[in-house]
Amino acid sequence: MRNRFPHRTASLLISLLVIFSIPILVKAQSGSPTSVTDDEVNSVARELYCPVCENIPLDVCGTQACAQWRELIRQKLEAGWSKDQIKVYFVEQYGDRVLATPPARGFNWLIYLFPPLLILLGGIILYRSIKIWKAAPPARENPNEEVPLEKDPYFAQIEDELKKR
Amino acid sequence: MENQPAENQQISKKKKISWGHLVIWIVLILFLIVLGLGLLRSQEGPIGINDASPNFTLTTFEGEIIKMSDLKGKLVLVNFWASWCTPCEQEASEIEMAWQSYKNSDKVVFLGVDYVDTEPEARAYLQKYHISYPNGPDLGTRISQSFRIRGVPETYIIDQNGLIQFVQIGPFRSSSQIQSVIDSLLNQ
Repeated sequence: MRNRFPHRTASLLISLLVIFSIPILVKAQSGSPTSVTDDEVNSVARELYCPVCENIPLDVCGTQACAQWRELIRQKLEAGWSKDQIKVYFVEQYGDRVLATPPARGFNWLIYLFPPLLILLGGIILYRSIKIWKAAPPARENPNEEVPLEKDPYFAQIEDELKKR
Repeated sequence: MENQPAENQQISKKKKISWGHLVIWIVLILFLIVLGLGLLRSQEGPIGINDASPNFTLTTFEGEIIKMSDLKGKLVLVNFWASWCTPCEQEASEIEMAWQSYKNSDKVVFLGVDYVDTEPEARAYLQKYHISYPNGPDLGTRISQSFRIRGVPETYIIDQNGLIQFVQIGPFRSSSQIQSVIDSLLNQ
Protein backbone atom coordinates (compact mmCIF):
# COMPACT_ATOMS: atom_id res chain seq x y z
CA MET A 1 0.00 0.00 0.00
CA ARG A 2 2.84 2.46 0.80
CA ASN A 3 4.53 1.95 -2.58
CA ARG A 4 1.35 2.42 -4.65
CA PHE A 5 1.12 6.20 -4.38
CA PRO A 6 4.59 7.04 -5.82
CA HIS A 7 4.00 4.54 -8.63
CA ARG A 8 0.70 6.20 -9.58
CA THR A 9 2.28 9.65 -9.46
CA ALA A 10 5.09 8.56 -11.72
CA SER A 11 2.59 7.12 -14.23
CA LEU A 12 0.60 10.34 -14.15
CA LEU A 13 3.72 12.43 -14.73
CA ILE A 14 4.83 10.29 -17.65
CA SER A 15 1.33 10.49 -19.19
CA LEU A 16 1.31 14.28 -18.85
CA LEU A 17 4.79 14.50 -20.32
CA VAL A 18 3.73 12.43 -23.33
CA ILE A 19 0.52 14.47 -23.84
CA PHE A 20 2.32 17.81 -23.71
CA SER A 21 5.26 16.71 -25.81
CA ILE A 22 3.08 15.55 -28.75
CA PRO A 23 2.32 19.06 -30.11
CA ILE A 24 5.97 20.04 -29.73
CA LEU A 25 7.10 16.94 -31.61
CA VAL A 26 4.50 17.50 -34.34
CA LYS A 27 5.59 21.12 -34.77
CA ALA A 28 9.24 20.09 -34.93
CA GLN A 29 8.40 17.55 -37.62
CA SER A 30 6.27 19.84 -39.77
CA GLY A 31 8.02 23.22 -39.68
CA SER A 32 11.48 24.59 -40.15
CA PRO A 33 13.39 25.58 -36.99
CA THR A 34 12.52 29.28 -37.51
CA SER A 35 9.08 28.89 -39.03
CA VAL A 36 7.50 32.19 -40.06
CA THR A 37 3.79 32.79 -39.63
CA ASP A 38 1.45 34.05 -42.35
CA ASP A 39 0.90 37.22 -40.31
CA GLU A 40 4.62 37.97 -40.38
CA VAL A 41 4.73 37.40 -44.14
CA ASN A 42 1.65 39.58 -44.65
CA SER A 43 3.03 42.41 -42.52
CA VAL A 44 5.79 42.76 -45.13
CA ALA A 45 3.56 41.90 -48.09
CA ARG A 46 0.98 44.60 -47.34
CA GLU A 47 3.67 47.23 -47.93
CA LEU A 48 4.41 45.88 -51.40
CA TYR A 49 2.52 45.87 -54.68
CA CYS A 50 3.09 43.44 -57.52
CA PRO A 51 3.38 45.27 -60.89
CA VAL A 52 1.35 42.54 -62.58
CA CYS A 53 -1.82 43.18 -60.58
CA GLU A 54 -1.74 46.93 -60.08
CA ASN A 55 -3.43 48.56 -57.09
CA ILE A 56 -3.77 45.29 -55.17
CA PRO A 57 -1.50 44.93 -52.13
CA LEU A 58 0.61 41.80 -52.17
CA ASP A 59 -0.96 40.36 -48.99
CA VAL A 60 -4.43 40.09 -50.61
CA CYS A 61 -3.45 39.47 -54.23
CA GLY A 62 -4.58 36.07 -55.46
CA THR A 63 -2.42 35.55 -58.54
CA GLN A 64 0.30 32.94 -58.95
CA ALA A 65 2.92 35.71 -59.26
CA CYS A 66 1.91 37.18 -55.88
CA ALA A 67 1.86 33.75 -54.25
CA GLN A 68 5.46 33.28 -55.43
CA TRP A 69 6.41 36.69 -54.06
CA ARG A 70 4.88 35.89 -50.66
CA GLU A 71 6.80 32.61 -50.62
CA LEU A 72 9.97 34.57 -51.37
CA ILE A 73 9.21 36.90 -48.44
CA ARG A 74 8.75 33.84 -46.21
CA GLN A 75 12.11 32.44 -47.32
CA LYS A 76 13.85 35.77 -46.67
CA LEU A 77 12.26 36.08 -43.21
CA GLU A 78 13.32 32.53 -42.39
CA ALA A 79 16.83 33.46 -43.46
CA GLY A 80 16.73 36.24 -40.86
CA TRP A 81 16.20 39.23 -43.15
CA SER A 82 14.50 42.32 -41.73
CA LYS A 83 11.45 44.00 -43.28
CA ASP A 84 13.61 46.84 -44.64
CA GLN A 85 16.16 44.44 -46.14
CA ILE A 86 13.36 42.58 -47.93
CA LYS A 87 11.89 45.83 -49.25
CA VAL A 88 15.30 46.94 -50.55
CA TYR A 89 15.70 43.54 -52.26
CA PHE A 90 12.29 43.86 -53.94
CA VAL A 91 13.07 47.40 -55.13
CA GLU A 92 16.38 46.20 -56.61
CA GLN A 93 14.64 43.33 -58.36
CA TYR A 94 11.40 44.96 -59.49
CA GLY A 95 11.80 48.72 -59.17
CA ASP A 96 10.38 51.49 -56.97
CA ARG A 97 6.82 50.87 -58.08
CA VAL A 98 6.53 47.79 -55.88
CA LEU A 99 6.52 50.02 -52.80
CA ALA A 100 3.21 51.15 -51.30
CA THR A 101 4.87 54.41 -50.23
CA PRO A 102 7.11 55.84 -52.96
CA PRO A 103 10.56 56.86 -51.74
CA ALA A 104 11.11 60.64 -51.53
CA ARG A 105 13.63 61.01 -54.34
CA GLY A 106 13.68 62.32 -57.92
CA PHE A 107 10.26 63.01 -59.43
CA ASN A 108 8.61 61.35 -56.40
CA TRP A 109 9.33 64.54 -54.44
CA LEU A 110 6.43 66.18 -56.26
CA ILE A 111 4.00 63.79 -54.55
CA TYR A 112 5.19 65.04 -51.17
CA LEU A 113 5.64 68.66 -52.23
CA PHE A 114 2.49 69.49 -54.15
CA PRO A 115 -0.31 68.60 -51.68
CA PRO A 116 1.07 70.70 -48.77
CA LEU A 117 1.91 73.51 -51.19
CA LEU A 118 -1.62 73.51 -52.62
CA ILE A 119 -3.10 73.43 -49.11
CA LEU A 120 -0.87 76.38 -48.15
CA LEU A 121 -1.94 78.31 -51.24
CA GLY A 122 -5.57 77.51 -50.53
CA GLY A 123 -5.10 78.82 -46.98
CA ILE A 124 -3.52 82.04 -48.26
CA ILE A 125 -6.36 82.57 -50.75
CA LEU A 126 -8.95 81.90 -48.04
CA TYR A 127 -7.22 84.28 -45.60
CA ARG A 128 -7.03 87.06 -48.19
CA SER A 129 -10.64 86.55 -49.26
CA ILE A 130 -11.86 86.74 -45.65
CA LYS A 131 -9.77 89.89 -45.14
CA ILE A 132 -11.30 91.51 -48.26
CA TRP A 133 -14.83 90.52 -47.22
CA LYS A 134 -14.28 91.99 -43.75
CA ALA A 135 -12.88 95.24 -45.18
CA ALA A 136 -15.83 95.69 -47.58
CA PRO A 137 -18.42 98.33 -46.43
CA PRO A 138 -21.51 96.76 -44.88
CA ALA A 139 -24.48 96.49 -47.18
CA ARG A 140 -27.22 99.07 -46.61
CA GLU A 141 -30.21 97.81 -44.77
CA ASN A 142 -32.55 99.46 -47.26
CA PRO A 143 -30.97 99.59 -50.73
CA ASN A 144 -33.68 101.96 -51.98
CA GLU A 145 -32.88 104.48 -49.28
CA GLU A 146 -31.50 107.76 -50.64
CA VAL A 147 -27.89 108.46 -49.57
CA PRO A 148 -26.91 112.07 -49.21
CA LEU A 149 -24.36 113.03 -51.88
CA GLU A 150 -21.69 114.10 -49.36
CA LYS A 151 -21.84 110.62 -47.76
CA ASP A 152 -21.67 108.66 -51.02
CA PRO A 153 -18.12 107.24 -51.44
CA TYR A 154 -18.46 107.09 -55.21
CA PHE A 155 -19.41 110.75 -55.35
CA ALA A 156 -16.37 111.60 -53.21
CA GLN A 157 -14.13 109.58 -55.58
CA ILE A 158 -15.51 111.42 -58.63
CA GLU A 159 -14.94 114.70 -56.84
CA ASP A 160 -11.32 113.72 -56.15
CA GLU A 161 -10.72 112.75 -59.78
CA LEU A 162 -12.21 116.04 -61.00
CA LYS A 163 -10.03 118.05 -58.60
CA LYS A 164 -6.94 116.39 -60.04
CA ARG A 165 -7.82 117.68 -63.53
CA MET B 1 0.15 116.57 -54.45
CA GLU B 2 -1.65 115.68 -51.24
CA ASN B 3 -2.89 112.50 -52.80
CA GLN B 4 0.59 111.32 -53.87
CA PRO B 5 1.38 109.09 -50.82
CA ALA B 6 -2.06 107.53 -50.97
CA GLU B 7 -1.57 106.76 -54.65
CA ASN B 8 1.88 105.23 -54.02
CA GLN B 9 0.39 103.10 -51.30
CA GLN B 10 -2.29 101.90 -53.69
CA ILE B 11 0.30 101.09 -56.38
CA SER B 12 2.49 99.12 -53.94
CA LYS B 13 -0.61 97.25 -52.75
CA LYS B 14 -1.45 96.41 -56.35
CA LYS B 15 2.14 95.15 -56.88
CA LYS B 16 1.91 92.91 -53.81
CA ILE B 17 -1.33 91.38 -55.05
CA SER B 18 0.14 90.67 -58.48
CA TRP B 19 3.14 88.87 -56.91
CA GLY B 20 0.80 86.63 -54.96
CA HIS B 21 -1.17 85.90 -58.08
CA LEU B 22 2.02 85.18 -59.99
CA VAL B 23 3.13 82.57 -57.43
CA ILE B 24 -0.28 80.92 -57.50
CA TRP B 25 -0.27 80.79 -61.29
CA ILE B 26 3.29 79.41 -61.43
CA VAL B 27 2.40 76.62 -58.99
CA LEU B 28 -0.79 75.80 -60.86
CA ILE B 29 0.98 75.76 -64.24
CA LEU B 30 3.74 73.52 -62.82
CA PHE B 31 1.10 71.21 -61.43
CA LEU B 32 -0.64 71.05 -64.80
CA ILE B 33 2.67 70.40 -66.61
CA VAL B 34 3.46 67.50 -64.27
CA LEU B 35 -0.06 66.11 -64.73
CA GLY B 36 0.20 66.51 -68.51
CA LEU B 37 3.58 64.77 -68.64
CA GLY B 38 2.22 61.87 -66.59
CA LEU B 39 -0.80 61.60 -68.86
CA LEU B 40 1.35 61.72 -72.01
CA ARG B 41 3.55 58.98 -70.62
CA SER B 42 0.59 56.77 -69.79
CA GLN B 43 -0.95 57.37 -73.24
CA GLU B 44 2.29 56.65 -75.11
CA GLY B 45 1.09 53.21 -76.20
CA PRO B 46 3.22 50.23 -77.06
CA ILE B 47 6.43 50.29 -79.04
CA GLY B 48 5.75 49.46 -82.69
CA ILE B 49 7.14 48.34 -86.03
CA ASN B 50 10.04 50.45 -87.34
CA ASP B 51 10.57 52.04 -83.91
CA ALA B 52 14.14 51.99 -82.68
CA SER B 53 14.78 49.27 -80.15
CA PRO B 54 15.46 50.46 -76.60
CA ASN B 55 19.11 50.15 -75.67
CA PHE B 56 19.06 47.76 -72.72
CA THR B 57 21.49 45.63 -70.78
CA LEU B 58 20.55 42.12 -69.70
CA THR B 59 22.43 40.30 -66.97
CA THR B 60 21.74 36.62 -67.42
CA PHE B 61 21.12 34.13 -64.62
CA GLU B 62 24.68 32.91 -65.30
CA GLY B 63 26.06 36.42 -64.78
CA GLU B 64 26.83 37.23 -68.42
CA ILE B 65 26.18 40.88 -69.37
CA ILE B 66 24.59 41.37 -72.78
CA LYS B 67 24.21 44.89 -74.19
CA MET B 68 21.79 45.57 -77.01
CA SER B 69 24.26 48.09 -78.46
CA ASP B 70 26.79 45.27 -78.93
CA LEU B 71 24.33 43.26 -81.03
CA LYS B 72 24.09 45.66 -83.98
CA GLY B 73 24.35 43.79 -87.26
CA LYS B 74 22.49 40.81 -85.82
CA LEU B 75 18.83 39.88 -85.77
CA VAL B 76 17.70 39.83 -82.14
CA LEU B 77 14.62 38.08 -80.78
CA VAL B 78 13.64 39.40 -77.33
CA ASN B 79 11.07 37.27 -75.53
CA PHE B 80 9.40 38.48 -72.30
CA TRP B 81 8.18 35.65 -70.10
CA ALA B 82 7.56 34.61 -66.49
CA SER B 83 7.35 31.29 -64.68
CA TRP B 84 3.83 32.14 -63.37
CA CYS B 85 2.56 32.83 -66.88
CA THR B 86 0.65 29.88 -68.32
CA PRO B 87 0.61 31.10 -71.97
CA CYS B 88 4.42 31.43 -71.75
CA GLU B 89 4.60 27.69 -71.18
CA GLN B 90 2.78 27.10 -74.47
CA GLU B 91 5.52 28.79 -76.47
CA ALA B 92 8.61 27.95 -74.37
CA SER B 93 9.45 24.74 -76.23
CA GLU B 94 8.61 26.32 -79.59
CA ILE B 95 11.06 29.19 -79.05
CA GLU B 96 13.75 26.77 -77.91
CA MET B 97 13.12 24.60 -80.99
CA ALA B 98 13.49 27.66 -83.23
CA TRP B 99 16.67 28.64 -81.40
CA GLN B 100 18.16 25.23 -82.17
CA SER B 101 17.96 26.15 -85.87
CA TYR B 102 19.92 29.38 -85.43
CA LYS B 103 22.24 28.74 -82.49
CA ASN B 104 25.19 27.97 -84.77
CA SER B 105 24.57 31.03 -86.90
CA ASP B 106 26.24 34.29 -85.93
CA LYS B 107 23.42 36.29 -87.51
CA VAL B 108 20.67 35.59 -84.98
CA VAL B 109 20.52 36.07 -81.20
CA PHE B 110 17.69 34.98 -78.90
CA LEU B 111 17.26 36.68 -75.51
CA GLY B 112 14.80 35.78 -72.77
CA VAL B 113 13.76 38.48 -70.32
CA ASP B 114 12.17 37.15 -67.14
CA TYR B 115 9.49 39.62 -66.07
CA VAL B 116 8.53 40.16 -62.39
CA ASP B 117 9.53 36.68 -61.33
CA THR B 118 11.23 34.83 -58.50
CA GLU B 119 14.59 33.28 -59.28
CA PRO B 120 14.10 29.67 -58.06
CA GLU B 121 10.85 29.32 -60.04
CA ALA B 122 12.43 30.99 -63.08
CA ARG B 123 15.39 28.61 -63.02
CA ALA B 124 13.05 25.63 -62.63
CA TYR B 125 11.05 26.86 -65.65
CA LEU B 126 14.21 27.15 -67.79
CA GLN B 127 15.24 23.65 -66.76
CA LYS B 128 11.77 22.21 -67.39
CA TYR B 129 11.66 23.48 -70.99
CA HIS B 130 15.40 22.89 -71.64
CA ILE B 131 15.87 26.53 -72.63
CA SER B 132 19.44 27.08 -73.74
CA TYR B 133 19.52 30.64 -75.13
CA PRO B 134 20.55 33.48 -72.74
CA ASN B 135 17.94 34.40 -70.17
CA GLY B 136 18.01 36.87 -67.32
CA PRO B 137 15.79 38.75 -64.90
CA ASP B 138 14.32 42.12 -65.81
CA LEU B 139 16.02 43.93 -62.93
CA GLY B 140 13.97 46.88 -61.72
CA THR B 141 11.55 46.12 -64.62
CA ARG B 142 13.69 48.52 -66.64
CA ILE B 143 13.71 46.48 -69.87
CA SER B 144 9.95 45.82 -69.88
CA GLN B 145 9.30 49.50 -69.15
CA SER B 146 11.53 50.60 -72.01
CA PHE B 147 9.62 48.26 -74.37
CA ARG B 148 6.34 49.40 -72.72
CA ILE B 149 5.08 45.81 -72.65
CA ARG B 150 1.44 45.17 -71.70
CA GLY B 151 1.94 41.69 -70.32
CA VAL B 152 3.66 38.38 -70.92
CA PRO B 153 4.39 36.66 -73.21
CA GLU B 154 5.48 39.30 -75.69
CA THR B 155 8.20 38.94 -78.30
CA TYR B 156 10.03 41.57 -80.32
CA ILE B 157 12.27 40.86 -83.31
CA ILE B 158 14.84 43.57 -83.97
CA ASP B 159 16.68 43.83 -87.28
CA GLN B 160 20.38 44.38 -87.94
CA ASN B 161 19.89 48.17 -87.82
CA GLY B 162 18.29 48.11 -84.40
CA LEU B 163 14.75 48.64 -85.65
CA ILE B 164 11.81 46.60 -84.42
CA GLN B 165 10.46 44.57 -87.34
CA PHE B 166 8.05 42.16 -85.68
CA VAL B 167 5.94 42.18 -82.50
CA GLN B 168 4.16 39.13 -81.16
CA ILE B 169 1.62 39.80 -78.41
CA GLY B 170 0.75 36.50 -76.75
CA PRO B 171 2.37 33.15 -77.44
CA PHE B 172 3.77 31.91 -80.74
CA ARG B 173 1.74 29.06 -82.19
CA SER B 174 4.72 27.05 -83.44
CA SER B 175 8.46 27.10 -84.03
CA SER B 176 7.82 27.27 -87.78
CA GLN B 177 5.96 30.58 -87.26
CA ILE B 178 9.04 31.99 -85.53
CA GLN B 179 11.38 30.62 -88.18
CA SER B 180 9.31 32.01 -91.06
CA VAL B 181 9.45 35.52 -89.54
CA ILE B 182 13.20 35.32 -88.90
CA ASP B 183 13.97 33.83 -92.31
CA SER B 184 11.97 36.49 -94.13
CA LEU B 185 13.81 39.22 -92.21
CA LEU B 186 17.19 37.59 -92.91
CA ASN B 187 16.39 37.43 -96.62
CA GLN B 188 15.42 41.09 -96.90
